[in-house]
Amino acid sequence: CFGTSEVLMAGADGDDSLYPIAVLIDELRNEDVQLRLNSIKKLSTIALALGVERTRTELLPFLTDTIYDEDEVLLALAEQLGNFTMLVGGPEYVHCLLPPLESLATVEETVVRDKAVESLRKISHEHSPVDLEVHFEPLVKRLASGDWFTSRTSACGLFSVCYPRVSSTVKAEIRQHFRNLCSDDTPMVRRAAASKLGEFAKVLELDYVKSDIISLFTALASDEQDSVRLLAVEACVSIATLLPQEDLETLVMPTLRQAAEDKSWRVRYMVADKFSELQKAVGPEITKNDLVPAFQNLLKDCEAEVRAAAANKVKEFCENLPEDSRETIIMTHILPCVKELVSDTNQHVKSALASVIMGLSTILGKDNTIEHLLPLFLAQLKDECPEVRLNIISNLDCVNEVIGIRQLSQSLLPAIVELAEDAKWRVRLAIIEYMPLLAGQLGVEFFDEKLNSLCMAWLVDHVYAIREAATCNLTKLVEKFGAEWAQNTIVPKVLGMANDPNYLHRMTTLFCINALSEACGQEITTKHMLPVVLKMSNDQVANVRFNVAKSLQKIGPVLDSNSLQTEVKPVLEKLAADQDIDVKYFAQEAISVLALA
Amino acid sequence: MLSPVLCSELSALEPEYTEADVISTVEFSQSGEFLATGDKGGRVVIFQREPQGEYNVYSTFQSHDPEFDYLKSLEIEEKINKIRWLPQLHSALFLLTTNDKTIKLWKVSERDKQPEGYNLKDEEGRVKDISKITSLQVPVLRPMDLLVEASPRRVFSNAHAYHINSISINSDCETYLSADDLRINLWNLSITDRSFNIVDLKPDNMEDLTEVITVAEFHPHHCHLLAFSSSTGTTRLCDMRSRALCDQHAKLFEEAVDPASRSFFSELISSVSDVKFSHSGRYLLTRDYLSAKVWDLNMEKKPVETYQVHDYLRSKLCTLYESDCIFDKFECAWNGTDSVIMTGAYNNFFRMFDRASRRDVTLEASREVCKRRAVLRPRRVCIGRKRRESDICVDSLDFRKKVLHTAWHPTDNIIAIAARNNLYIFQDRHSPSGHHGVHRIEQETAPQLEDTPPQ
Repeated sequence: CFGTSEVLMAGADGDDSLYPIAVLIDELRNEDVQLRLNSIKKLSTIALALGVERTRTELLPFLTDTIYDEDEVLLALAEQLGNFTMLVGGPEYVHCLLPPLESLATVEETVVRDKAVESLRKISHEHSPVDLEVHFEPLVKRLASGDWFTSRTSACGLFSVCYPRVSSTVKAEIRQHFRNLCSDDTPMVRRAAASKLGEFAKVLELDYVKSDIISLFTALASDEQDSVRLLAVEACVSIATLLPQEDLETLVMPTLRQAAEDKSWRVRYMVADKFSELQKAVGPEITKNDLVPAFQNLLKDCEAEVRAAAANKVKEFCENLPEDSRETIIMTHILPCVKELVSDTNQHVKSALASVIMGLSTILGKDNTIEHLLPLFLAQLKDECPEVRLNIISNLDCVNEVIGIRQLSQSLLPAIVELAEDAKWRVRLAIIEYMPLLAGQLGVEFFDEKLNSLCMAWLVDHVYAIREAATCNLTKLVEKFGAEWAQNTIVPKVLGMANDPNYLHRMTTLFCINALSEACGQEITTKHMLPVVLKMSNDQVANVRFNVAKSLQKIGPVLDSNSLQTEVKPVLEKLAADQDIDVKYFAQEAISVLALA
Repeated sequence: MLSPVLCSELSALEPEYTEADVISTVEFSQSGEFLATGDKGGRVVIFQREPQGEYNVYSTFQSHDPEFDYLKSLEIEEKINKIRWLPQLHSALFLLTTNDKTIKLWKVSERDKQPEGYNLKDEEGRVKDISKITSLQVPVLRPMDLLVEASPRRVFSNAHAYHINSISINSDCETYLSADDLRINLWNLSITDRSFNIVDLKPDNMEDLTEVITVAEFHPHHCHLLAFSSSTGTTRLCDMRSRALCDQHAKLFEEAVDPASRSFFSELISSVSDVKFSHSGRYLLTRDYLSAKVWDLNMEKKPVETYQVHDYLRSKLCTLYESDCIFDKFECAWNGTDSVIMTGAYNNFFRMFDRASRRDVTLEASREVCKRRAVLRPRRVCIGRKRRESDICVDSLDFRKKVLHTAWHPTDNIIAIAARNNLYIFQDRHSPSGHHGVHRIEQETAPQLEDTPPQ
């Protein structure tokens, strides 16, 4: 970055310190997009060199007309201009930034427009109240009545920032503009207005919320376009939060009920997706009377996407029910629907449910869990879809806290074994990742008895990603169960693989040693692992030999200096003279890293 | 409107045209100010209507290039299958073009200013002496000759296993559909890396395949309705509100075939080659090999109107099958007020049917008969002996000259006819060119009909 004074001094007598700035300015119009982009990103440097006066009179007019450029350049420009206030002479001159941002707010690329609006919102706060009415608010009006939809959509995002700071006459005009945009001809503008409705409502006086916003909300919520109606659901949350409880029933609920039963599944999906927010916004009474039946319907919706979205909210919805009637509502209204979802025809619905259903046990307590939920968990553990079973297994901790895992373990084991042997490697990978968690919940005995053999079998899986994950899994198990356990149960098996006829399995031994040495500590490493590694340096496969070198480098820090000097060093020296170039390379690398040269 | 005058004729140099010059699709923009054609060489030509009414070339660009799918060892042709205009909501024009596999969104924009003034070189590009630079110069924008630029904005690829036959933009201006032989996908215009499958006709076992999708189109006003038709002659209407997958149709438009008249060719000729919603959104126009049908969305069991396009070919189906002509996909079009329909035929003929009076006309789009500013003379095909000099005998029809692609201006009585590498644009002889208001009035008066016998 160049200091202003430095450049100004240089300007006097053709100094070549002007050169870098000159390059930057010229590259604003280079043919290479990357160079233009670089230049735009250093716009502050250029502005600083030009000084505030020339920035305002020359640079900004040029930038205002630069809307032909590539999106990424325009995006960078829109972002830069949001931080440009000081470079045009401070808040007094901040309105000079409006013309270029106005033209950026009308381009057809959404990301650029959104960024321009973001910058405009940012600099709106730097306007004095007078400037806001003289410069900023006219810009908003121009955009709001622009010919193209792009400018009108941009206007939607600017009302809420200027409304609180203008006079009541101007406020009335702003409200009128917003009303117009809510009934615009193009669906894009109505969508933009609908998505900003909540935000605008927040800055309005309560009376206007009741008179203006509610009628706009009702109109948008019955728009002919599905894509507009579904956005009204989001606005519903903010509007409901603003209104006093006694007005909700008459002003908001008719529309919300209508949305929950909309003909279009996309609108109902939106209601399901926003259910927890809606529940909080309307409060406990309306929840009991209205939302419970609505939620039941969504759980039974004919469209699977809607059922899945609702199923995802089961736990949150139940948690947020008023405490006095929570258990009754769940047992009589929600649980029957949940039971049906367990055997839904659609696997996404079942897996959405499986990811939250365990959470109900903490809400319902031990007895209800055993009597009502346990059969559902067990059914889901036997589901044909692996994702459902995985989701149940991954959430075992919630149940463990309430009823203990023993109740489940009989069914758990077959489910785990089946997932562990699934034909799809991604499923196997997913269950491996839950092994440390399961081991913690089930305890070392159960693990040794039932699961240890699975963990070992993964080490010889034919997919590398599984072998790799299995190695990593072993480390986590050792961290959980301790070094002694490792020495007795897994180390012998791992070391046994060093004599496997398949070189890939022999390499797995080395990878395991790499991963385990630290967790197992110096004694086990030196006594049991090191001899095996050293012996493998005579392997006939070069890949194994250079992995020996890499392993030695890895476990070196765990060993004492004596074994390093007397055992490791000679072997590495031998490998450094290997005929294979890679073996040599890694041996030399290990020697230098371990400082054995 | 049934007596058009040639107003523009645009073609590559005949007769030395190549296969790549053959026009494969024609489409008016929503306002009618622009007209786009795509050809087998992957090019798109956009025409703009001059104030005098003629259409002149506005922009030409290469939309698609031939490609090779190395995984499937398949060549992907550059031929433009369909073009669809986005409603004009910005100073630039946007259109979707597609070949068999890849859909592209193009922006066509005008530019009339260019930056001038460099610090380190003069405008000719000569490097300035650095030591002489004493001040910084900010470039200024100066007016220049109008430049029309076409730039690809989005590429929607890898979503179709079969050949794309249709694209259609939803009335929400946010989504569009693309259909291939077995599936229909729904896209967001600004998202290229995913699309949603809304119709899937692919059976688990491909040997059970009984029908393929031939065309799909969105309803002009209702964002949730789409129609698609199949090779079995059915057209289905789907409601996207009821479920995410539209495999179950809301309505099925199908006319029962008389079992007595069933023949080997029955299914081939009943395959629907084009479907167009009327501007009002109430009717569907479908085209099969021999006829055009108008369906009322409220009546599924039979069309409200059936128009024979070239019924005289019924005796020639065997020959047409052998020459593969029976698989030709003729398109159809509505006029701006939904009162007249138009569709193509062989021998460079195209036909128009007035719905109210049930009168029709056969016209020819060819160099020999189309004289600028002269009214096109109707043609007549006779089955037996010629009754008039101008009649043409069925046996002398040229089946290599076919009018597959036609388009009607959305409001005015202007039509575009593509015949091989030629594009003919006709307008009503009564319409003073360039006055839209007058055009609309014209359509309400009785159409000018020559004395063709009613069918």
